[in-house]
Amino acid sequence: MRAYTSVWRLRFLLGLQYRTAAFAGIATQLFFGFIFIMIYIAFYEHGAGGAPIDLPDLISYTWLQQIFLTLIMLWYRDNEIFRLITSGNIAYELCRPCGIYGFWYAKLLGQRLAGASLRCLPLLPIALLLPEPYRLGFPPSIANLGLFILSLAIGLLIVVSVSMLLYISVFWTMSPVGSTLLISIAGEFFAGMVIPVPLMPEWLQKIANFLPFRWSADFPFRVYTGHIPEREALLGIAAQLVWIVVLIGFGQWLLSRALRRTVIQGG
Amino acid sequence: MIELQGISKSFKVAKRSSGIGQAFKALFAREHTTVHALQEISFSIGEGEIVGYIGPNGAGKSTSIKVMSGILVPDEGSCSVMGYTPWKDRTAYVKNIGVVFGQRSQLWWDVPVLDSFELLKDIYRIPEAEYRGNLSMLTETLDLEPILKVPVRQLSLGQRMRCEIAASLLHGPRILFLDEPTIGLDAVSKLAVRRFIRTLNEEKGVTVILTTHDMSDIEALAERILMIGKGTLLYDGTIGELRNRFGTERKITVDYETCDRPLEIEGAKTLSWSPERAVFSVDTGQYRIADLISRLSGQIELLDVSVEAKPVEEMIVELYREHRI
Repeated sequence: MRAYTSVWRLRFLLGLQYRTAAFAGIATQLFFGFIFIMIYIAFYEHGAGGAPIDLPDLISYTWLQQIFLTLIMLWYRDNEIFRLITSGNIAYELCRPCGIYGFWYAKLLGQRLAGASLRCLPLLPIALLLPEPYRLGFPPSIANLGLFILSLAIGLLIVVSVSMLLYISVFWTMSPVGSTLLISIAGEFFAGMVIPVPLMPEWLQKIANFLPFRWSADFPFRVYTGHIPEREALLGIAAQLVWIVVLIGFGQWLLSRALRRTVIQGG
Repeated sequence: MIELQGISKSFKVAKRSSGIGQAFKALFAREHTTVHALQEISFSIGEGEIVGYIGPNGAGKSTSIKVMSGILVPDEGSCSVMGYTPWKDRTAYVKNIGVVFGQRSQLWWDVPVLDSFELLKDIYRIPEAEYRGNLSMLTETLDLEPILKVPVRQLSLGQRMRCEIAASLLHGPRILFLDEPTIGLDAVSKLAVRRFIRTLNEEKGVTVILTTHDMSDIEALAERILMIGKGTLLYDGTIGELRNRFGTERKITVDYETCDRPLEIEGAKTLSWSPERAVFSVDTGQYRIADLISRLSGQIELLDVSVEAKPVEEMIVELYREHRI
């Protein structure tokens, strides 16, 4: 276990080095937050009414997406692991007395948390202090807040488990471009990063429900706003846990298969 | 300590000739060739040995190291190292070995060397006291003090390599696999690394398996040589045996006060001659070097004499030639 916390810590500290990237990130996220919200405001003003989610909830939803971007985005990736596999440096990882799955998992987790803490700590107070209607609202109750934090944490584990599959796929494809692009576009869409899931047509929502992506972003954000009631939230968290078991189990099986047929590239 | 029995490993390699036409053809029908990287390799290595593992490029040296360190799974054969089968008991086994791949890096690029070391300490669960002890020993013998706090990306190749070697030894392994550890090192670093490997072997009894293309590494370190070519083991013996095998011929270079006529010495073949210097070749099985020198000193005013055996480098080349690899 200490190995995993240690690699997590190292990756976290490394992530904190990138200050300029963090400033740029904050600016980008603010920009996108405003643009999205302006679009939604325009829609809601001129729309027919009867929208499946209230505007203030949707605005909070949008800010949460931007603030926790690094926790939920699938394209946020560790190129070092890709290089490790394609260049053959994985040889060194293989002569360590610990499982590669857990090792990389901890590494990815540390990287995401470092990125998130650099962006979300400054963004959160900004979004909470903005003038109406742009302000990020508070959750309706302490219970909602607690459930949100819990579901976001589990959601993060889901995202990392999915991205682990991406890294493992490189053992076969030797290039991260295709698999990351495909999965990250599909994943982002079904996580509600392009169109919030409540605004999707019914049939599309059904598809989203059967995929893991929604559970990492859409679900915790709606728990925050209270759009998903507490009872339903608890059921959702159970569903999240099932997804984690499935994804991690599958990932470990896949990795063990990949390692058995490994060819170390380049001598 | 290390026991290999009939280890074979082959890779499937896609191949095509160069050119657009060929590339287009390969889109539809991919040709594969099977490369037999290792064929029926068997040997055993005892505790505390330093073994030089040599062979031309692509002979299968690295592949064998990878099989022995549990990274690659061979197609056939059995391998037992300290009672473990490397690829089956990988996590339990690798605690006991240290591996250095000269062409790869295990240090984290963006952080100081010491951070990578601390991480390894946690990965290998090295007790604090042992870690401190090993680190200070490695720091001293490999002269790491000034570079421990520098990010790896700012180190030169030689500095990095010394850190890589230290990183592989922090957990005090019983066996050390070195895959081209002196690649790209300058003379000073090379000597430091060699001296270090030697002390490690002598003082701690660490078994060392070393692949290299630098025959002077082998000469300085290894008592035993394993030679591999085209995936098969061709030679297994000591450097002494190799020397004997390649005869008793010695090259004698003599410097003397100017003498304007060629020297004729019984038993010595003149390889080159100039008024100040001559080079002879002598078969020490038939003539004694001492006699030769005394005969020489009778004829001329000797300034300097040097006697050389055939360099290991040349013996190896001859060995390669003998096996047509």
